[in-house]
Amino acid sequence: MESYKADVVIVGGGGAGLRAAIAVAESDPALRIALVSKVYPMRSHTVAAEGGSAGVKLPTDSLEYHFNDTVGGGDWLCEQDVVEYFVAHCNEELTQLEHWGCPWSRTPDGHVNVRAFGGMKIERTWFAADKTGFHMLHTLFQTSIKYPSIKRFDEHFCVDLVVDDGRVQGVVAIEIGSGEFTLVEGRSVVIATGGAGRVFRENTNGGVVTGDGMALAYRHGVPLRDMEFVQYHPTCMPGTGLLFTEACRGEGGFLVNKDGYRYLQDYGLGPAEPSPRNKAMELGPRDRLSQAFWYEQQKGRTIEGPHGSVVHLDLRHLGEAKLRERLPQIYELAEQFLGVDPARAPIPVRPAVHYTMGGILVDGLCASPLPGLYAAGECSSVGIHGANRLGSNSLSELCVFGKVAGVEAARFAKAAAPGNSATLLKQAQAVEQRVLGVKQNTGGNERIATLRKEMAQTMEDGCGIYRLAETMQATCDKLDELKERFKRVNVEDKSSVWNTEWLLAIELEYQIDVAQSMAYSALNRRESRGAHQRLDGFEKRDDENFLQHSQAHYVAGGPPRIDYGPVKITKSPPGTRAYGAAGEKAEQERKASHG
Amino acid sequence: MAENQRTIEIEVLRYHPEKDKAPYQQVFQVPFTDDMSVLQGVQYIKDYLDGSLSFRWSCRMAICGSCGMMINGKPSLSCETFLRDYYPARVRVEALAHFPIERDLVINMEGFIEKLESIQPYIIPREARTLAQGEYLQTPEQLNVYEQFSSCINCMLCYAACPQFGLNPAFIGPGAMALLHRYNVDSRDGGKAERMELVASEEGVFHCTAVGYCSEVCPKHVDPANAVNQNKTNAAADYFLRFLAPKGGAK
Repeated sequence: MESYKADVVIVGGGGAGLRAAIAVAESDPALRIALVSKVYPMRSHTVAAEGGSAGVKLPTDSLEYHFNDTVGGGDWLCEQDVVEYFVAHCNEELTQLEHWGCPWSRTPDGHVNVRAFGGMKIERTWFAADKTGFHMLHTLFQTSIKYPSIKRFDEHFCVDLVVDDGRVQGVVAIEIGSGEFTLVEGRSVVIATGGAGRVFRENTNGGVVTGDGMALAYRHGVPLRDMEFVQYHPTCMPGTGLLFTEACRGEGGFLVNKDGYRYLQDYGLGPAEPSPRNKAMELGPRDRLSQAFWYEQQKGRTIEGPHGSVVHLDLRHLGEAKLRERLPQIYELAEQFLGVDPARAPIPVRPAVHYTMGGILVDGLCASPLPGLYAAGECSSVGIHGANRLGSNSLSELCVFGKVAGVEAARFAKAAAPGNSATLLKQAQAVEQRVLGVKQNTGGNERIATLRKEMAQTMEDGCGIYRLAETMQATCDKLDELKERFKRVNVEDKSSVWNTEWLLAIELEYQIDVAQSMAYSALNRRESRGAHQRLDGFEKRDDENFLQHSQAHYVAGGPPRIDYGPVKITKSPPGTRAYGAAGEKAEQERKASHG
Repeated sequence: MAENQRTIEIEVLRYHPEKDKAPYQQVFQVPFTDDMSVLQGVQYIKDYLDGSLSFRWSCRMAICGSCGMMINGKPSLSCETFLRDYYPARVRVEALAHFPIERDLVINMEGFIEKLESIQPYIIPREARTLAQGEYLQTPEQLNVYEQFSSCINCMLCYAACPQFGLNPAFIGPGAMALLHRYNVDSRDGGKAERMELVASEEGVFHCTAVGYCSEVCPKHVDPANAVNQNKTNAAADYFLRFLAPKGGAK
């Protein structure tokens, strides 16, 4: 087996991984960095983020507003000290990207422009047309090329961590092009592998978003926190789940039902004004909008299409010129995939799974309970999203906490003693034998695609926008069954070069573990909060019992063990979460009572 | 699946270096609906007909740049090319032209990555600025000068379209040249002189014979041919200026 000695290993080459790599390189050019990614970095799913990245910019805005929007948007399940750090560092990080060349959209006088986004009181979303993630990712990737200490392991698939002497000391990866294993030693490891949306059937995510890093940490005893909170984005393409950015509504788009009625006004988001005001109607938060869709469907006020019920995202009144300027990618997606010209016809949309709010438990410095192991980005739960993420907070998170993770991993690596290479290699060889076993097994009769489909369907059935104990239990049972059946998975391809069938099998095993953490955490949370909504007697938020983070612990051979940890409240006691006119009224009352 | 399901023949170029001496064609019968892309057709083959078929893909929405293939001989993103447009005829899918095949539809892209790395694809600041000083001012007009060239998704369709790259794999090619141009004309950048040495070099712009097929196949309207041609002019000016100015003369 090949062996490479790095100081810091970063798994994942998306926005958070690249930002972490640059942070390590800048904090000490002598540190050797290994950036291990299963795809070339510019293929990572950060590329698909559309609408923008939040950071206080306007003189009318404040850090306090961004904090309040984020904590209220998360239904008070946020780590408030971490949110304070976050909002205070967004602007600096987005400016850093500007200095690195990110083509932010501009105001006529040359400053970076900002747009409105859901759940945000003031316009603070920096954007590069509607390809913000694409531009941020390519800017970070191309900038990373400047740093000779970053050695990339492109198209290397990480299959395990090596842990010795009570701390993580590297990873084992397969070079996809050859099928060969490599041990990448490092005195600290940053996981930045993104979310796990592909465990659901209809989702906005790319094929790579399979929760690999979450499963790696989880199997080594690191809890996955708040995994029941899965975001449904309200405006996605029926069938494929492809995303129509929230910026469509930030720019003034409407959501209407089969009668052409802006139905959100019936769900506490009104009043319906000709252009949506911030934190109202179409600019409400994603959980509320997806929930409103569900009710419209129940009432028979949606439109039936070949891929299920839809409502209409109406952009016609914005005019072709503005759409081409501000939403060029959306325009092309509608035209090419749906045959709809959005300047002339409404776009059919429905909610689809978009984002994993929970993830690897880390503190505000991105450190997990396993010494030497850090995590950043969607795979992590640093605590800023709570029970519902606000749109445009996640791209900023990649930068703010990618940097923190890099700086902290660098600091840890410099202080840590070198590992025992012989012990680590021995562990890596055991990993190799186990992982080779996945394709060398013969006589299996379970198809990968069948297991994957059943998993994705049961997640949609049990862990959708609204949840019931009975269906969640059925999902838990189904996942237990799938985990058992996975032992008999059949990998026909026994070869080495570009054996993607083998990799799909390994990913599927990761996915089943992560799906279990979601379903069991959901079943155990007997309240409704943010994106976790129940209709079986637990319709209300229950701060007395559940103002707590769930933590799913891996149990070999069985379902996860769920326990709970405290939520850090610094300055915003849990309050009523209201939007539209009701939200404005609640805010005034809050102000009056606090003086 | 929807009711209007039909079956299309997809002919796939197969090659496995561990057992095949040469690539060969294999035909699959694939049920499809009107909204299915070629990528979804190929995924169907992998899931239900032959798990050993290898190809790259991820985002499904023409932004990650992974799934470029030759579709009926034309470089295309398979995620935004639809089976309905070929039915009832057979559709032929092959690895991108002009690149070494690693396996099936997977090409070796290391050469492209090396070119990308070689052009210094990052801002070399014209003037230093601290974060505390805030952003560089850049008007929408200044942004407009380079924005289209910054839209390259590195899908390499333009390389598969470029006859010169086919003849000489060392040619820097349209995609990397568009990116080089993107940084050269960014108002924040001052690194043009360094980059222009590469442009005017042996493997630089003068290999381009102005066929323009690269721009035709580009899924993001980057128009790399335009970038190459602007740099021909620049490089020519540079060539003559170097007799007059001590350091290459590029501005």
